[in-house]
Amino acid sequence: MDPLFEWLCRMGDSTLVLGQRLSEWCGHAPALEEDIALANTALDLIGQTQMWLGLACETEGQGRDADALAYRRDVWDFRNLLLVEQPNHDYAHTIVRQFLFDAWHFEALTALQSSSHSDISAIAQKSVKEVTYHLDRSSDIVIALGDGTEESHCRMQDALTHLWPYVGEMFTTDAVDEALNGVVPLPASLRPAFDARVTAVLSEATLQRPESDFSHQGGKTGKRHSEHLGHMLATMQFLPRAYPDATW
Amino acid sequence: MVTPRPSTDQVWAWLDAVPDPEIPVISVVDLGIVRDVEWGDDELQITVTPTYSGCPATSVIALDIQTALAEHGIENVSLKTQIAPPWTTDWLSDKGKARLKDYGIAAPNSAKGPECCPHCGSKDTERVSQFGSTPCKAQWRCLSCLEPFDYFKCI
Repeated sequence: MDPLFEWLCRMGDSTLVLGQRLSEWCGHAPALEEDIALANTALDLIGQTQMWLGLACETEGQGRDADALAYRRDVWDFRNLLLVEQPNHDYAHTIVRQFLFDAWHFEALTALQSSSHSDISAIAQKSVKEVTYHLDRSSDIVIALGDGTEESHCRMQDALTHLWPYVGEMFTTDAVDEALNGVVPLPASLRPAFDARVTAVLSEATLQRPESDFSHQGGKTGKRHSEHLGHMLATMQFLPRAYPDATW
Repeated sequence: MVTPRPSTDQVWAWLDAVPDPEIPVISVVDLGIVRDVEWGDDELQITVTPTYSGCPATSVIALDIQTALAEHGIENVSLKTQIAPPWTTDWLSDKGKARLKDYGIAAPNSAKGPECCPHCGSKDTERVSQFGSTPCKAQWRCLSCLEPFDYFKCI
């Protein structure tokens, strides 16, 4: 196992799976502007996926391309965070998931800009500009809906309680992270800035940060994905699997 | 017979006539995405940078550049994508910015929004959404003339 390939798949699979999840809202979001915003965010994430998985393939040197990784691997080969594969459920879940991911993503990319690996640094410099917009928007909506009506507040609090156990995985360090120490930041080092931002936004949103820091594990290692990922891939991979090598 | 190679200045001028597929009033050169034009041994090398990483116009732009150059007799073109340094709206040309305004799109502004409404010039504007019809634009509204307008996001 090449740690660099594994790590690049973690980045690219997380942006891919979240991009696909957000795309599921296309045509169904509660307001036109929201529909467009989610599709735009999804587009940025899929674009970033092409860069991360493209670099993973170059690193691997087996002649695969980003599409091969996206469409021709099964659940156990995916290395995305568990958070991003959680279903959209209602708008509150979608937005809370986005905010928690954006807050991690922004800190990760900010640190990765100064990576000693020039391709990683280049992808981070490109992506962080887009993610700055994602984080601005998801923070605003968490505040608007958290500090909104009784109904929106309750739904946001429920979503936060449900999704919080998926936060810890973003900051756990394992052998892959340690092997790349010095090239990429250790996940745990991103936590203080994440905590500071999340605490500030949740407080403005009148939402209660869950007390337990229990966290589900197994997404970024691929050892234990939730059932949801397989269902999502079944939809996402249908066309290239049913019609191999289809082009347009 | 050996045909003399067109100069790179000439190539830049031809590229300045290739419209952006989403905002056809400005050229790909105005947009600042053509980073370099250089002759290799027998091929023309053009370096292009994407605006947003997932922008679907990127592949259309590459095709449009190749088609335009083929029309000028340059068949052997290699297009290289370069992502660093990342594209910034600072690279939009002044000509491009003026054309955007005439087209009804407010030019990027370093503050958090447009300088003024591209229709009536009022500074009384509000944001409708940070995201618009293409990745590079946001939706705004003028509170004086009440017209909605696109704002070219500053990145």
